Amino acid sequence: MPREFTPKVVTANTLLEGDVVYLTADDSWTRLLSEADILTDEADADLRLLTAESRASQVVGAYLADVSITDTGPEPTHFREEFRRTGPSNYFHGKQADLN
Amino acid sequence: MYTYSEFDAAFVAERNRQFRAQVARRVDGSLTENEFKPLRLMNGLYLQLHAYMLRVAIPYGTLGSHQMRQLAVIAERWDKGHGHFTTRQNIQFNWPKLADVPDILDALGEVQMHAIQTSGNTIRNVTADHFAGAAADEVADPRPIAELIRQWSTDHPEFQALPRKFKVAVTGSPMDRAVTLAHDIGLRIVRRDGLIGYQVIVGGGLGRTPMIGKVLHDFLPEEDLLPYIEAVVSVWNSIGRRDNKFKSRIKITVHEHGVDDIRARVDLRYALIRPQFSGIDQQMLGAIRDDFRAPEFRVAPTDTYDAARKANPVFRAWADTNLAEHRAPGYAIVSISLKAHGETPGDATAEQMRVMADLAERYGHDELRISHEQNVILPHIHQSDLHAVHAALREVGLATANIGLISDIIACPGMDYCTLATARSIPIAQEIATRFDALKLEHEIGEMKIKISGCINACGHHHVGHIGILGLDRAGVENYQITIGGDGGADARLGDRTGPGFSADDIVPAIETIMLTYLKHRSNPSETFLAAYRRLGMAPFKTALYGEAEAAKAAKRKAVADVAA
Ligand code: HEM
Ligand code: SF4
Repeated sequence: MPREFTPKVVTANTLLEGDVVYLTADDSWTRLLSEADILTDEADADLRLLTAESRASQVVGAYLADVSITDTGPEPTHFREEFRRTGPSNYFHGKQADLN
Repeated sequence: MYTYSEFDAAFVAERNRQFRAQVARRVDGSLTENEFKPLRLMNGLYLQLHAYMLRVAIPYGTLGSHQMRQLAVIAERWDKGHGHFTTRQNIQFNWPKLADVPDILDALGEVQMHAIQTSGNTIRNVTADHFAGAAADEVADPRPIAELIRQWSTDHPEFQALPRKFKVAVTGSPMDRAVTLAHDIGLRIVRRDGLIGYQVIVGGGLGRTPMIGKVLHDFLPEEDLLPYIEAVVSVWNSIGRRDNKFKSRIKITVHEHGVDDIRARVDLRYALIRPQFSGIDQQMLGAIRDDFRAPEFRVAPTDTYDAARKANPVFRAWADTNLAEHRAPGYAIVSISLKAHGETPGDATAEQMRVMADLAERYGHDELRISHEQNVILPHIHQSDLHAVHAALREVGLATANIGLISDIIACPGMDYCTLATARSIPIAQEIATRFDALKLEHEIGEMKIKISGCINACGHHHVGHIGILGLDRAGVENYQITIGGDGGADARLGDRTGPGFSADDIVPAIETIMLTYLKHRSNPSETFLAAYRRLGMAPFKTALYGEAEAAKAAKRKAVADVAA
C-alpha cells in the first residue's frame, strides 16, 4: 500500500548567501516558513520541486520538507527544520536575528 | 616559524584567482551547481544548514600573531565576529557569503594561509602535538616533518582523487597529544639507541566504524619516511574500496586485508619508488628545520611568579590547571581555554583573537598553537610574565581554569550548523559545563575528557572521550548515547556503550549520575575516572544509570553472548 502523502514545503538555500528559503505560492522565495506554500498533493509537490531545482541561479539543494498544518501556517515536524527556520541555538544568529 | 617560498605564495595566489573566476561563473550561470560544487570543496567551502562554511587550514596548529590577527579581521568583516577552532587544527567560519569568499581567500593568502585540501578526497591538514617545540617530554619537534609532509601532499598529482579523505598526525612526544592512533597515518617520533626514527601507525579512524591504528613499521629512519608514506598512500589508492563510501577509508582496507598483507604491499611499492627520492626531500627538511629553530629563551628570575602564586589564589588556580611543563628552565606552556562555562567550545571572538595575538607577540616569541582539543596555546611564556598574561586573558573571558577538566569539552558543530547532524552537540556541552560549575565539582572530579558529536561521523572524537556523547535522531527526537572508558592518549582505546540513549533533557543528569558514581566508588581522590572505570568495569555505572533490573538483564545477555562466543 502506498504511504499516505503528508504536507510538505519546498525548501532550499540561496546561492549567494546560503540562507534557508521556502517556495511561495507565486513561485518566489521567502525566508519565512509561515509564507511558504503548503503542498498537499504528491504530484503537485514533485512538480514544484522540479521547478525549484531548475532555478539554479537562485538556490542550491532544493528538497521537500515535512510540515504540519496549523492555524498559524506550516510548522516543522522535525527538529532539523526547526533549526533551519530560526538559526543556531548557541547564538542569536541567522534568520532569528536577520528578520528583526 | 616556517615562511612560504615564492613558489608556495604564487601557487596559492593562482588558486585564489582561479576560484574567483569560478565563483563569478557560478553566479552568472555559466557553471551549474554540480560543476561548481567540487571546485568550491577544493577550496574548503561547504554549504551548511544556514549558510556557507569556510574551513581554513592551520598546518600542525602553528600560527603567528599576524595570522591570528588576520583571522580576527575575517571574523569581523565577513562573518559574525567569531571563528570556530576544530579538532583537526582548522578554523571554520560559519557565515561567509559566496561572493565574498574569494576576498577572504586573498586575505588569508596575505598571511600565508589558505583553505586548500581542507575538504575532498585528498590528504588533509597535517596535524601535530600542540605543545610541539616546547614540551619538556618531547623527543623531537614534530613540525618540520609535518611541514615536509604538507609540502609533499599539497597538490600531489597522484593523491587528488583518493578513495576518501586522508588524515595524518604527528607527535614528537611519548605523551601522545595528537591522537595518532585515530588517524589514517599516525607518526610517532621515537628514540632508540640514541637514534631518532619514526613509528608508523596506520588504519586508525573514528566515524561510523571506529578503529585504533596498527603499527605498520616500528622504527623507520627519517630519510625513508616520505617514500614510505608515499608507498602507503599509493597502495591504498590502488586497493582501497571505491564501491562504498563507508568502506573506503584506509582503516577498512587494513581491516579487510590484515596489517601484514598491507605491510608486504607497502614494502613492494616502497622498493619501487624509493630510488625516485634522490635526497632532495632531506635537503628540504634540513632547510625547514632551520625555520623551526627554537626562539632564544630568556634567562631571568622567576620569583615574581612565585610571589604572584602566593598572593593571588585565582591566578594560582589557573596556573595549576592551565600550565604545562616547558623544556626551557623558567618557561611555561600556557593553554588558553576556549571553554568558558556556558560558551561554545572552540569559539573565539575577533577581540579574543586579537588579545591572544598581542600576548603572543609581547610575551610569547610570536607563536600560537591550536590544540585538537579546541583550545589555543601560547607555547613559550616566561614564568615572570605569566601574571600579566593571566590578567590580560581575564579581561576578555579567556582565563577559565579548566584545562583537562569536565568543562573542557570537545563538541562538534552538530545540528546547530552541520547538514549531516542528527542532533545538537553545542547546547549539551554548554549545559554540562554550566551544571558542573554550579555544583563546584569540577576540581573534585579532576581529569575528565568529555567529547560530543552530533552524528556518527565522530568529528567530536566521542569514541575516545573518557565520556563520549553521540547525538542521534530517534523518530524525530534528539537522543544521546553515552560511551565511557575511551581514551585518546598514548594508549588510545575506544569507549564502551553504557546502554540505551537519553533524551536531551535527561543527558546532563545522566552525566551527573556517572560522575557521582565515580566519586562514590573511586579508591582514593587520585584515582582518575579512567582508572576507576578500568578497575570497576561497567557494572556500577550501568546500575546507577538504568537501575538494578536493567543492569542484571545486561549482565545476563553478556554471559549468554560470552558462552555463545
Ligand atoms: C560542519 C561541518 C563539518 C562537516 C560537513 C564534517 C563532515 C565530516 C564527515 C563526513 C566525517 C566522516 C568521515 C569518514 O569517516 O569518512 C567527519 C569526520 C570527522 N570530522 Fe568532521 N565535519 C564537519 C566539522 C568538523 C569539525 C568542526 C571538526 C572538529 C571539531 C571535525 C573533525 C572531524 C574529525 C576529527 C572526524 C573523524 C575522524 C576520522 O576521520 O576518523 N569536523 N566529518
Ligand atoms: S560529527 Fe556529524 S554533526 Fe558533528 S560536525 Fe561532524 S558531521 Fe557534523
